[in-house]
Amino acid sequence: MNLGAIARHRLFWPLVALVVLLVASALKSPAFLEVTVRDGHLFGGPVDILRRSSVLLLVALGMTLVIATRGIDLSVGAVMAIAGAVALSQIAASPDPGALSTVLLAMLTALAVALGIGVFNGFLVAVVGIQPIVATLIFMTAGRGIAMLITGGQITTVTSAPYKTIASGYWLGLPVAALIAALIFGATALLTRRTALGVLIESVGINPSASRLAGVRARTIIWTVYVICAAFACIAGFIKSSDIMAADSNNAGLFIELDAILAVVIGGTSLAGGKFSLTGTLVGSLVITTLTLSITILGIPVNAVSLFKALVVIAVCLLQSPVVQHRMRSRRRRAAPVPVEVPA
Amino acid sequence: MTTSPSAIPADQPAQPAASDRPPVVAMTGITVTFPGVKALDGVDLRLFPGEVHALMGENGAGKSTLIKALTGVYSIDAGTIVVDGTERTFTGPAQAQLAGISTVYQEVNLCDNLSVAENVMLGHEVRRAGLVDFRATRRAAREHLKALNLDIDPASTLSSHSLAVQQLVAICRAMVVDARVVILDEPTSSLDVDEVERLFAVVRDLRSRGVAILFVSHFLEQVYAISDRMTVLRNGTLVGEYRTADLPRVELVQKMIGRSLEVLEQLEEAPKRVVAERGDVQPYVQAIGLGRKGSIEPFDLDVYPGEVVGLAGLLGSGRTELARLLYGADRSDVGELRVDGQPTKLRTPRSALARRIVYSSESRKTEGIIGDLTVRENIVLGLQAERGWLRRIPQRKADEVVAQYVEQLGIRPANPDAIAGNLSGGNQQKVLLARWLATQPKLLLLDEPTRGIDVGAKAEIQRLVAELAEQGMAVVFISAELEEVLRLSHRIAVLRDRRKIGELTNGDDVTTDDVVDLIASGGQDA
Amino acid sequence: MATDQLTPTRPAGTATAQKTPRWRLDARYQPVLGTVVVLAVMLAVGGSRYENFLTGRVMANILINNSFLVVLAVGMTFVILTGGIDLSVGAVVALSGCISAWMFTHGWSAGITIPVCVLVGTLIGLIVGVMVHVFEIQPFIATLAAMFLARGLCYLVAPESIPITDPTIVKLSQTRWGTDDGLVITPSGVIALAVVAVAFVVLHYTRFGRTVYAIGGSEQSARLMGLPVARTKVLVYVISGTCAGLGGLLFAIFSRSGYSLTGVGMELDAIAAVVIGGTLLTGGSGFVLGSVLGVVVLGLIQTIITFQGTLSSWWTKIVIGALLLVFVVLQRLLVLRRR
Repeated sequence: MNLGAIARHRLFWPLVALVVLLVASALKSPAFLEVTVRDGHLFGGPVDILRRSSVLLLVALGMTLVIATRGIDLSVGAVMAIAGAVALSQIAASPDPGALSTVLLAMLTALAVALGIGVFNGFLVAVVGIQPIVATLIFMTAGRGIAMLITGGQITTVTSAPYKTIASGYWLGLPVAALIAALIFGATALLTRRTALGVLIESVGINPSASRLAGVRARTIIWTVYVICAAFACIAGFIKSSDIMAADSNNAGLFIELDAILAVVIGGTSLAGGKFSLTGTLVGSLVITTLTLSITILGIPVNAVSLFKALVVIAVCLLQSPVVQHRMRSRRRRAAPVPVEVPA
Repeated sequence: MTTSPSAIPADQPAQPAASDRPPVVAMTGITVTFPGVKALDGVDLRLFPGEVHALMGENGAGKSTLIKALTGVYSIDAGTIVVDGTERTFTGPAQAQLAGISTVYQEVNLCDNLSVAENVMLGHEVRRAGLVDFRATRRAAREHLKALNLDIDPASTLSSHSLAVQQLVAICRAMVVDARVVILDEPTSSLDVDEVERLFAVVRDLRSRGVAILFVSHFLEQVYAISDRMTVLRNGTLVGEYRTADLPRVELVQKMIGRSLEVLEQLEEAPKRVVAERGDVQPYVQAIGLGRKGSIEPFDLDVYPGEVVGLAGLLGSGRTELARLLYGADRSDVGELRVDGQPTKLRTPRSALARRIVYSSESRKTEGIIGDLTVRENIVLGLQAERGWLRRIPQRKADEVVAQYVEQLGIRPANPDAIAGNLSGGNQQKVLLARWLATQPKLLLLDEPTRGIDVGAKAEIQRLVAELAEQGMAVVFISAELEEVLRLSHRIAVLRDRRKIGELTNGDDVTTDDVVDLIASGGQDA
Repeated sequence: MATDQLTPTRPAGTATAQKTPRWRLDARYQPVLGTVVVLAVMLAVGGSRYENFLTGRVMANILINNSFLVVLAVGMTFVILTGGIDLSVGAVVALSGCISAWMFTHGWSAGITIPVCVLVGTLIGLIVGVMVHVFEIQPFIATLAAMFLARGLCYLVAPESIPITDPTIVKLSQTRWGTDDGLVITPSGVIALAVVAVAFVVLHYTRFGRTVYAIGGSEQSARLMGLPVARTKVLVYVISGTCAGLGGLLFAIFSRSGYSLTGVGMELDAIAAVVIGGTLLTGGSGFVLGSVLGVVVLGLIQTIITFQGTLSSWWTKIVIGALLLVFVVLQRLLVLRRR
């Protein structure tokens, strides 16, 4: 593969962005890229990025599948809030918050609720036929209200060692949160690429009516991705609430849907549906997390992060926009003619 | 508006003198390149006032590219476009319209959420003090509609009218801008006979008013009925410009396809299928009073293994609707369907697939090919859907199946990793056929499998259908071309107005006229 | 030869006028009718349950407290009618407020500050329009970028909440015109109503407005019909941005401060108001007056919850969500039935 081909790769620019961010951070703070072992756990910038990106990655993975079917799920942030609210209020209400069984039961309850929301979203989209952006807007609006309802308007805090492990624990020297995200990533990759689910999702995303006539259960597939997305958002909600050991209905997962969509888009999956790339989404999530982290390291105020996000979105979108792509392609074409598709 | 001999009798070709006058549009040496491909190479086109000019060519010959080059949708790489003696380059349809060149597209390109009046007048509304005067605008629209003998309420919503009326409204819109050139791109493909007549009356009227009309159609009869002159394209190059009266049909077809007449004759003279002795075989599919409200009235139909049943009827007669019921793409609300003797309810295409029934839709692009997936993925999609998502077809098995059908059907390019959306229409059709054949169906429902593909591919598909039937497959074959239906079918079910009106057993003595008579009589005396 | 052009078989007359009976409501008005019904029910329920509910004061307050939302919803209506969406309005409201507060503390006069903070919205709208149109970026993403941009800028301008003490603004926020029994209106309310009136005329009586509807019906058709699609699409986002800038100003007058975290989620309220007001999110159908009704419905929900007293504030969100659900499903059924 020559340099030109590498530069043309879908993930070239996102990876460049990632590297630039890492290098800039390392120049400013040389210790940033160092990984040390302390108490048998790995510490350092890269590990921190992995740990912090787990929430975004989980949400973005589900979002990737939804987007591949031409959909969008705006309710993920609300689902995170509800998941934290359900789990923590149940743990708080139990006589023994520290017991593993309590925690597991609470998480299962929260998961069930999240799955219910996923089923609801999927029903509206796949069966009733409402545009995804509107269907999921409903829970985006109402979801935080419901989370407040569950916690009684309070920020529920608990002390529970097993629950704390989710975000802050280490296993084999690695942060548990990152391991959970890695596990889910692997499982999703297996699920979509080792079975036919991936290609069926793509076919539904590219051409829903043709897929249905080809015998694909388009409706079931669309329904399924919303359920998966809600489930992943729920797990992300666990990590988030475990991180602060509190269910903050107002702020848990606030704007995460936008970050997740951004991660998916940076990863090269088109919002128009069809072909999707889980690896791309992984890179996208890392870019966004690193961006947030680097900005603090570079001494820029945290709240200015959104300004940089805006610049990244605009840059990535411009690079991926059909117009710019076309210009770049025609410049390359002048250099070396390659036969491409023929318009009918 | 250019004056012209207004006394041209309706169906006579234009007077020879027409070409002595300067053309209103002259395109010379037009070359349009897409990445890696020359879509048009040095093509000329002249349009004269008061003439209907037909643009002829097979699919992919470059007809629509030429139109889009003229109206500024595509930019040209070489050549000149002269309008009224001045060289012009348009940046888009809007600019072309200002210069008096209006286009009416195949799919009606109007806004059906707005009223008829607005659709006619949008951008040219009557205004008072900068604000739209709706009353006056509606009045103006009514005038324009009347000029085309269209008596519809301008205030009604466009979506409340039939496609044909919408088509005429689109032409009416073209006239509002005082067009001197009207391009009709496949305007008749969704119209029935009367509607075509209406349209032609309007076209003749325009011609008599000195408008130059560029007419694109697949229907040879219509081209001969309306055009004065034609330009033939093939593979993006110009074959020539002819006066319609001077060019016999056979020669035209030959020029369009660039093939020897032998192939054509071979096609025409293939032996007709005649029902073989059936013995005790029971029909594979038996519809008893099967129907769906608003879609097709209850019908009976038996399809036996090894038999091709043709469905004949005009567009909108219920051919597609019938096939969709047999496939479960739409659910029947009355009657019974027996598959292999067993009463069956088909709720979804999947349930039909499970009973080895497959349906290839007439709209290849929207209901057939998954454009962004590869040929391989498209071919195994049916098989995969049947197995469910959990059990992925092993790569090796997929490769085998794909290789077999790419070979057998002659899919070009023979590259399973090619993106299906980039293939030509004929090859996409073959990919679809491969998808269905791979599921080893017992009943194959083919809806217009040969529409819009070149003659060679057409012949191959016809041959394949005959072979499949010989091997024992039951086939339902739908085509707008009666000859094709007659050539392939053992039996012909005739439909009209969403009703099955009769059935003919094919034989040497059955001709297209018999079918036409049946359609015309509505089955009363058949 | 194709069967499609053989002998005539169908009686002519497909083109005769298809007049709908007079008494039947035009399909376009059906969604708005739903809004009116909901509104009537809410008023009836509120009036029967609470004293002093159906009073001029309460109704006037709904308009006064939501005047910025009315302006936002008007801008959003333009965008949604073309089939787009604008997620940036909440952030633009904050930005406009922050800039006005910053300018006032730095001694600029109201005569300069007010136009500037409206024009900031215009500028952001223009950026979005160019991204959507020239670079063909989906509106969703383009306005998302604009939202991040505006929020980031907010922080640069005003990291902390800045109080506004400018006499003009103070005067604007304190002026009340009206009767003693509470039926009053503020300058903000007047501005909001003026915006509605202008938007109504623009949408229904100008070529631009009709083009907006045409694009919502079918963008491709509009383009092929030779309508100025590019200009219109850019302009729609400019309008929405300008409305957001103006909305920010109204909000600054309302709260007499500029703060970078105001208006979080306000875009959702605006979208909800437009949808509840009967505009189809697919574009091409809806009315600006419907959106105003949508805002009133949202305001009434809040008022009823306040009147009830025992209900916590988060019920507002839940009820809005439920209403959204009902309206969206109803719209869907209407579309299905029309087919």
